[in-house]
Amino acid sequence: MTKSLLTEIFRRPLGAFSFLLLGLLYGSALLAPFIAPQTYQQQRLKSPYHPPTKIFYDQGSWRVQKYQRTDLATATYSPVPQSSAPLCFFAPGPRYSLLGGILQWDRHLIQSTDPEVPLYLLGSDSTGRDVFSRLLYGSRVSLTLGIIGLSITMIMGFLIGGLSGYYGGFYDNLSMRLVEFLIAIPGLYLLLALRSSLSSYFNSQEMMFLIVAVLAFVGWPATARILRGMTLSLRNCSFVLAAESMGQSTGKILTKHILPNLLSYLLVTATLSIPGYILGEAALSFLGLGIQEPYASWGLMLSQAQGMKVFKLNFWWLLTPGLLIFLTVLSFNLLGDVLTDIVNPKEKSRT
Amino acid sequence: MEPLLCVDRLKIQFQNAQRESQTVVNELSFEISAGETLAVVGESGSGKSVTALSLTRLLPPSPQCQIKGKIHFQQQNLLDLSSRALRKIRGKHIAYVFQEPSTSLNPVFTVGFQIAETIKQHFPREREVKKRVITALGDVGIPNPEQRYQSYPHQLSGGMQQRVMIAMALVCQPDLLIADEPTTALDVTIQKQIIDLLKSVQTQYGTAIMLITHNFGIVKNFAHHVQVMYRGRIVESGETESLLQNPQHPYTQALIECIPKLGKQQKRLTTIDHHLINQGKGGFP
Repeated sequence: MTKSLLTEIFRRPLGAFSFLLLGLLYGSALLAPFIAPQTYQQQRLKSPYHPPTKIFYDQGSWRVQKYQRTDLATATYSPVPQSSAPLCFFAPGPRYSLLGGILQWDRHLIQSTDPEVPLYLLGSDSTGRDVFSRLLYGSRVSLTLGIIGLSITMIMGFLIGGLSGYYGGFYDNLSMRLVEFLIAIPGLYLLLALRSSLSSYFNSQEMMFLIVAVLAFVGWPATARILRGMTLSLRNCSFVLAAESMGQSTGKILTKHILPNLLSYLLVTATLSIPGYILGEAALSFLGLGIQEPYASWGLMLSQAQGMKVFKLNFWWLLTPGLLIFLTVLSFNLLGDVLTDIVNPKEKSRT
Repeated sequence: MEPLLCVDRLKIQFQNAQRESQTVVNELSFEISAGETLAVVGESGSGKSVTALSLTRLLPPSPQCQIKGKIHFQQQNLLDLSSRALRKIRGKHIAYVFQEPSTSLNPVFTVGFQIAETIKQHFPREREVKKRVITALGDVGIPNPEQRYQSYPHQLSGGMQQRVMIAMALVCQPDLLIADEPTTALDVTIQKQIIDLLKSVQTQYGTAIMLITHNFGIVKNFAHHVQVMYRGRIVESGETESLLQNPQHPYTQALIECIPKLGKQQKRLTTIDHHLINQGKGGFP
């Protein structure tokens, strides 16, 4: 089934496009310390708002152009003629660990050999940190957060919705009234209220899990309600009665007969609702309630791009996190549409 | 000889949304011996299927549904058993075949997997599950059982699906098979094949069969005993031959009258006056 699903996705141009793009994004998030030329917190106070550096091929090697600041106030830079440093690939640098500490390495994909000539692929921010590297590190937060939050939502939604659909009666009434109460509160305000009622003295990792928990708490009621309805209709199918008449227990019927029948729906909802988590994190970080400095996340980086100076002087490279959020959300939505098309061909997609 | 299943004054009540009790089955007593076929006939809503489901308590739990009386099966009252003990009986000693084979099979699993599940449920130490499933599929007359093991329900025809259901019901060699209108959704030639299959299974394993049906043709061919149900009660029961030849109760007579006959044009079906039926039975609306 997994194999044929992948073939089906790749048979559709939009599916292949979004799948590959997401693969690229998640792959680079996984390998962030290797790909990033600098770390997310390395500052160069001498070169704030540095524009993207020019890279050119000369004398048998790739070289990076050196810039000098011509105007302090407006952060204007101009290239220094005949001055550049060679780039080197797979050169040793600061040590890092990959895949959760399993792999220790010190090689970096691309680096400038001269510390005086920094490599800024997408420019630098107000303290001279490399935007490209921060984007990569930030994608780890923004992308994993969606998946973790989603799995919590799905598990909670299935447990609460599935059980209330299966058992009905008092438990059903109780949980569905709770769900309606939570749905009645506008999501963003619930998110803000929950987040600000919890302490802000957390380190980056604790903060991330806190945000995940808050997002999942806001997200589960809708899933639970839909899953309850679907379980209710499946429960009345005679194969559930047949399984019962063969002597199977409730837990087995729920996981072995009802859950697999919900999978196609869950798959589509999952892909369509991950963007909600990414945007939710971005919104929280944008409002200063999410990931804190010096750590990076797309929402946080975007919030730094809203200063007066940025607007006036057109430091466009600071808006790249927005572009990445857009691309990720777009790919997830396209993939969701394609999946709907595959698992439910009768229902023509909305596009 | 002691009967296999002995139902004594079974009473089933459902609660509707207004919390009023409605009696669906009342004062029902019957027995089935090993190797025997009991046919239960009656119009829709007469309580046949509810009776069948109540035998292993497959109905919704109390207070939505209340079952009173006694159901004796192999020296134990099934109504007193815990749900855990009951699960050991379901499928292993009492198995079901339902009306609509296309919805009785889970669409997302192969049929072989679903049959294997039943075996694993009741014989967790069984090593040759797959072999047993294939034998069971072959026994119910499915050609190429090795290939059919991998088939999904939608790849099989209705008759084949019903055969799979029967294979699933018989794979643990139950003492009692409850077939709830097993042929209603199938066409006539397939009906005959399924009934022949049930017959051969009965002679092979000595399974008792409780057959719920509307079809008097099947009753005549297959059942040893018949009981006629109307509004939750047994109005008449007896040996198949004598009951069909010489029905005593007006409801049975009317029911037999309603069978369409070749060459005889009937404009209206025979109806009955239900006050007549309930006369003197008391307390039943």
